[in-house]
Amino acid sequence: MFTPLMFASILPEILILALAVILLCVEPFWKEDQRRNAGWLAAGGLFFAIIISLLFGRPGEPTAVFGNMIRFDWLGFFFKLLFMFAAAATALLLMDHEKAGSRGEAYLLLLASVLGMNLMAASADLIMLYLSIETASIPLYILAGFLLADDRSTEAGFKYLLFGTLASTIMLYGFSLIFGFAGTTNLYQLSQMFAGGGISIPLAFSVFALVIVGLGFKLAIFPFQFWAPDVYQGSPTPVAGFLSTASKAAGFAVVVRLFFTAFPGFAPSWTLILAVLSAITMTVGNLLALSQTNIKRLLAYSSIAHAGYALIGVVAFNQLGAASVVFYLAAYIVTNLLAFGIVMAFSRVTGLEEITDYAGMSRRNSWLALMMLAAFLSLAGMPPFGGFVGKVFVFAAGVQAGYTWLVIVGILNSIVGVYYYLNAMKFVYLYRMPNEDEANHPLPLTRPYAITLAVLVLGVILVGTVFAPFFSWSDAAALNLF
Amino acid sequence: MNFPILSVITFLPFVAAAIMLLMPADRKTEVRGVALAAAAFDLLLSGWMYMQYLLGGLTGYQFIEQYDWLPALGISLKFGVDGMSAPLVLLTGIVMFTGVLISWGDYDEKHHLSAGIQDRPREFFSFLFLLAGGVFGVFASLDLFMLFFFYEIAVFPMYLLIAIWGWVKTREYAAMKLTLYLFIGSVVALVGALAMYWTQYQNTGILSFDMLQMEKAGFSQAFQYIWFLPVFLGFAVLGGIWPFHNWSPDGHVAAPTAVSMFHAGVLMKLGAFAALRVGVMLLPKGADYWSDLIMFFAAVAVVYGAYIAFVQPDLKYMIGFSSVSHMGLVMLGVSTLNYNGLLGAGVQMFSHGVMTALFFAITGMIYDRSHTRQIPELGGMAKIMPFATIGFIIGGLVSMGMPGFSGFVAEFPIFMGVWGSQWLVAVIASISIIITAAYIMRNIRQVFFSPMPEALAEHHITDVTVLDKVAITTLCLFMIGVGMFPSMMVPMIETGVQNILRLLGGA
Repeated sequence: MFTPLMFASILPEILILALAVILLCVEPFWKEDQRRNAGWLAAGGLFFAIIISLLFGRPGEPTAVFGNMIRFDWLGFFFKLLFMFAAAATALLLMDHEKAGSRGEAYLLLLASVLGMNLMAASADLIMLYLSIETASIPLYILAGFLLADDRSTEAGFKYLLFGTLASTIMLYGFSLIFGFAGTTNLYQLSQMFAGGGISIPLAFSVFALVIVGLGFKLAIFPFQFWAPDVYQGSPTPVAGFLSTASKAAGFAVVVRLFFTAFPGFAPSWTLILAVLSAITMTVGNLLALSQTNIKRLLAYSSIAHAGYALIGVVAFNQLGAASVVFYLAAYIVTNLLAFGIVMAFSRVTGLEEITDYAGMSRRNSWLALMMLAAFLSLAGMPPFGGFVGKVFVFAAGVQAGYTWLVIVGILNSIVGVYYYLNAMKFVYLYRMPNEDEANHPLPLTRPYAITLAVLVLGVILVGTVFAPFFSWSDAAALNLF
Repeated sequence: MNFPILSVITFLPFVAAAIMLLMPADRKTEVRGVALAAAAFDLLLSGWMYMQYLLGGLTGYQFIEQYDWLPALGISLKFGVDGMSAPLVLLTGIVMFTGVLISWGDYDEKHHLSAGIQDRPREFFSFLFLLAGGVFGVFASLDLFMLFFFYEIAVFPMYLLIAIWGWVKTREYAAMKLTLYLFIGSVVALVGALAMYWTQYQNTGILSFDMLQMEKAGFSQAFQYIWFLPVFLGFAVLGGIWPFHNWSPDGHVAAPTAVSMFHAGVLMKLGAFAALRVGVMLLPKGADYWSDLIMFFAAVAVVYGAYIAFVQPDLKYMIGFSSVSHMGLVMLGVSTLNYNGLLGAGVQMFSHGVMTALFFAITGMIYDRSHTRQIPELGGMAKIMPFATIGFIIGGLVSMGMPGFSGFVAEFPIFMGVWGSQWLVAVIASISIIITAAYIMRNIRQVFFSPMPEALAEHHITDVTVLDKVAITTLCLFMIGVGMFPSMMVPMIETGVQNILRLLGGA
């Protein structure tokens, strides 16, 4: 039977699907030069879906619906809102992409991917989990390789596809082993299996390792991070922004739910493994970012490092840890979307992506430069931007859990981060264009960019100053895990 | 409810920065007008707050405001000042006001004169005001989280201010060095703060960043011994303590004039103040245990800084190292942990802030007109800018610790305190007074009173502007005022010292 509760639990997905169908029906009737308006439609529709979900789709007590396939709780709901927000911003940023912007398929794929991510955040069963991960990934493989005429994009799409399917197959193998040992695919029943000692520790660890491969690929943590720079560099910039934010956050949504509910039985051991992975991930990401000359590759390595910071909250394995991961991701999504949006706005006019090309940018468009400053300082973890508060919470959770060494590694890493973020800002503010001719090279922003970037920069500042409401939502989400 | 004066003082610069950013970039004069108006208003407010505290004979924390920010984690926006921090709030107001005045600038095509900030003043003043707001926030915060929040806000604009508007030759290097040093220091201290936060929770069950609450947390002796050094030194990096002082002179030299004033006048106090407030006051047993080490570091800074200043041919490097030396005196006073030492440290923070701001302001005026800071290449300035000369001499007298000026009121108790604690250190540290007198007098003679070199005479050097004179007068008045009437400041700082001694009492 289809109860109102079941309806509410997948309300956002229903709306996204309806939006996708509308888009599919309407778009072919538009003329070639109007097709970019599909971006307005997608973003507006997602915005509408967010409002409607907030009004009618709010979860109450955590409940399992659809035969325990889906869990209707704040954790999933908060992540869904984040994904839809990220997708709306990405749709707007896609609009003025020279090659991808006027093709309706791009928006359709984006919506399909968000649908998958939403279900990832809510799924309470291994089968559902796997299906939703694939639903989220396959459209992204296509989007990464969307620019057929561009070798880099094709390479990006193909690379992402090959590594992605390989990783998810290994993870699927892990899932099947879990089912074999435990006799159930439900996450919430698994924990009792593990706790009851129904499975030996070495076996549990091999299963754990297999699962980590698939999820680690999604999160782009060491040693599964190598695809990220190439894929980000080759994909259309807004898609790269989406990959580095929503896709990563979806991975974290799964990690948090899976590890906190299914594997608490042998927590001290896996948290140690994750702690080591987190430390290496941050260090690798930051050190490799130092030598980058391409802004998208720089952001790719920096996003690897940020996955490492966020993992500290998972490692802490307490309520503050879970809340801080969710908060960190919220701050990070807004910030990184802003950063990629600026890169997109800049390269739309200039066609350039090297860091040196940003010389003199503050004299070409002082607002764009200020927004880039906000984004990069937030990534570096400086107040009054979201990144600072997120980092402090994650570090606080780490110290509380006794992982002081990991927090110190994180702090050393954030110092490295400050160096390369500021180095990039040096070009924006300090250096001049080769002929000091900035006045004749303005950087105009089209309307979708102006709106999106303004919203994002306000978001970065809001999350960093008035953080109480965001934290209480994150905390409500985290509370569902315990 | 009372007028929320501390929030207004703190957030006014942020609001002004936002307003300036919203103005068109080419309306330079209007931007400067907004900056000056906001700075003057902030100076008036902080002066009013100071006088209220002083004349009311208040003690303890006053003007307390508290707004819940994140109750779940015990973070609140809690402001309040005591006898230690109220003078520093006033100091920030003074430096902010005079900094805007001397950055106003003077542009003269004919004489190749480009004083002050001519390139993108809108961004300059906005970033400067962000910095100022952060500084006010740190001095006024009673919440440890908010203290860090404002502390970081005060640090990062420095990078941009130095890198964009600084001295072309070293600005990139110096800005990055400064930022990394300060950031490392602050995050190390942050780990200590988080450890304190959770330990308090374990001890008392209270989840709060409120520092007044943390004073009662009952940290164990071992905990204090371990965490005092990271916390104290993490902040003291910004106070320019030896051996982590290296960023400071480079930063001073590379920074544009107003930023040097802020940097030496206020930011270094920020480090010393935070080290005192968080390190000494929250971990008193740790302070007691490590005080000899801190005293050693400080004594080295005092003598070594003075000696390096003595041999510097560059005017700005000289003042930069003299700042290291004088801030060493502050740390020396703190490390005694006795009444006299702490009292002197409190006065010295204010006195040195005003004095060094004055030095950097006048150095900036000279450099903008002569395009050199090499002491041997300068000369004869007294005839051209008599007003600035008088200002520099007054600053010099303060620096040497002459009676009648604020420097004496500060240094005399410090040495008394050190004598009471370790007489040998007092003897060694007092060498610095002689070295300081030597380099100050030598420089006054060379820069202002020797005949002007011919190469310099070709520059057609002009006198300082009216705004510059206003700035010099303001700064001098405060130094003489405190020197002649110590009762304008000392009783107030005494109440702050009593509070610190009360916390140390158990140690």
